Amino acid sequence: MSDGDVVRDASQEAGEAASSSRRYFLIQATSAVGAVGAVGAAWPFVMYWTPSAKARALGAPVRVDVSKLAPGEMLSPIVAWRGKPIFIVARDKATIDALKVDTAELADPDSVNPEQQPDFAANAWRSERPEIGVYLGICTHLGCSPKHVVSNNFEDTGQGGFFCPCHGSKFDLAGRVVKGVPAPDNLEVPPYRFESDSVIIIG
Amino acid sequence: MEKTKPQESQSGTGLMNWIDARFPATETIEYHASKYYAPKNVNFWYYFGWLSMIVLIMQLLSGLWLTMNYVPSGAGAFASVEYIMRDVEYGWLIRYLHSTGASFFFIVVYAHMYRALAYGSYRGPRELLWLIGMAIFIALMAEGFLGYLLPWGNMSYWGAQVIVSLFGAIPVIGPDLMEWIRGDFLMSETTLNRFFALHVIALPLVLVMLVFVHIVALHHVGSNNPDGIEIKKNKDENGVPLDGIAFHPYITIHDIHATVVFLFIFCAVVFFAPEMGGYFLEKPNFEMADPLKTPDHIAPVWYYTPFYAMLRAATYPFLGLPAKFWGFVVMVGAIVIPAVLPWLDRSPVKSIRYKGRLSKAMLTMFVISFFILGYLGTQAPSKAGTIAAQICTAIYFAYFVLMPWYTRVEQTKPEPERVTG
Repeated sequence: MSDGDVVRDASQEAGEAASSSRRYFLIQATSAVGAVGAVGAAWPFVMYWTPSAKARALGAPVRVDVSKLAPGEMLSPIVAWRGKPIFIVARDKATIDALKVDTAELADPDSVNPEQQPDFAANAWRSERPEIGVYLGICTHLGCSPKHVVSNNFEDTGQGGFFCPCHGSKFDLAGRVVKGVPAPDNLEVPPYRFESDSVIIIG
Repeated sequence: MEKTKPQESQSGTGLMNWIDARFPATETIEYHASKYYAPKNVNFWYYFGWLSMIVLIMQLLSGLWLTMNYVPSGAGAFASVEYIMRDVEYGWLIRYLHSTGASFFFIVVYAHMYRALAYGSYRGPRELLWLIGMAIFIALMAEGFLGYLLPWGNMSYWGAQVIVSLFGAIPVIGPDLMEWIRGDFLMSETTLNRFFALHVIALPLVLVMLVFVHIVALHHVGSNNPDGIEIKKNKDENGVPLDGIAFHPYITIHDIHATVVFLFIFCAVVFFAPEMGGYFLEKPNFEMADPLKTPDHIAPVWYYTPFYAMLRAATYPFLGLPAKFWGFVVMVGAIVIPAVLPWLDRSPVKSIRYKGRLSKAMLTMFVISFFILGYLGTQAPSKAGTIAAQICTAIYFAYFVLMPWYTRVEQTKPEPERVTG
């Protein structure tokens, strides 16, 4: 073995080390660019699942006549806004007074959570006018539609309310959820306004 | 034992030789059937893997036929199912085969999984086999759920609404995720269409591929047996396990027998009780989907009810997160926790036959609580039911969480050297 061979071997090794680090860099760079490409390619497939323009356009307001609604009743047939059931209940004086007092069992009696109602409904009746309540008839637990219970939804007070048959969540006549049921929040109050004393516009 | 090369054993047929030179046909048949050695002591519980495959094939076939007349649209879905039931020749049969098949799929898969729990089939070297099996189970649950929406009955609609709403319980991304899954602000035709696509194309493909790798993994490590010992430890001079028996024809003939018995029972249900008193086909589903009215009593099909009962058992908020989030966590946890079994079981023996009293008691309580949860999930919510579900949920999880402890402290019996009976 001559000196020249040793030198060549050493330079070969150095070259191999350089080429292996270059290879490592190329693999990393190719993988990174490939990953960006994969995410980019996946994007249209993911966005394809979001609500389409047609679905987004179906949010038009609805007009509801409540002139025939008697105290203690819920408007029937149930009207739909954005395809979801809207509960409109009429309340008599006794019920309105009771809603202010019977708050011990409730999880959020004062409507503190701002996401569940517009500001005008952050009161004991969770409505613009105490005698008419407007609620989204979708349980805040897993989205079933609760039943309107005319009376004795609450055994101790005899008051009515809403009862969800799916998982047993209970709400009072202002859509306020009681403690210890699966539903975490009060029923949502949709945006609405009174066009006249007998017509409500929802949406 | 014969010790001939594949080419020679098939030398009689020129065609087979021709194929074998181009495709490993004989080799594959030998590897997976005629020279795959299953333990000779496998018992009744070992039929259910085979039967799951039979049901899978029946579901693929009947499902394919149903798509020929089914219309996946909001206006047409319910009517097209009625059309299949009333006007299409033998449409009622194909549909009942499919709907009954769904329930039987879960019966055989639950039995198959119980077998794995009892005989320690999830233990090494079968951990990956077990994980692939868990993936099949989860894909099967998804497949069943997606298919359940397709008849567009009122129970379909609200059942799917509840399950999709589960994703809404995930903090921060929940509501957007829910909207993304539905493709709309409520369950709608858009949702129906995508569920149809996933049910008839995506998940069947995933299932078939997973079943394929499940079998490849099984034939690599070999089947477990009721004694939970490795038959590969004792081999004859040809490398054939002494306690093994060729899968074909010895096991296949038993499996065919089991298939006939199974089909007897299956057909009896298809022809005489396809609704199974409302458990296989639920009454509110004979009414079309109504987005404004939830059925008075809503419950998923029986095969999801144990997990549904656990979902409902979470009724209190914890760590500042609402009860419904914890219900979701408990339910998902209950479904996926069996996946870690291979790493929870510290017993020196695999089979329940040689495990100690604690393991036997825990397995018994686990099975009983699973049945009770299944029953509770079909019932309307009540205070007593919720408490019972909470106790059973605790037992269900205790079986897994306490396993590293109770499998280590208990007195086990020695495993036999060779398989018994």
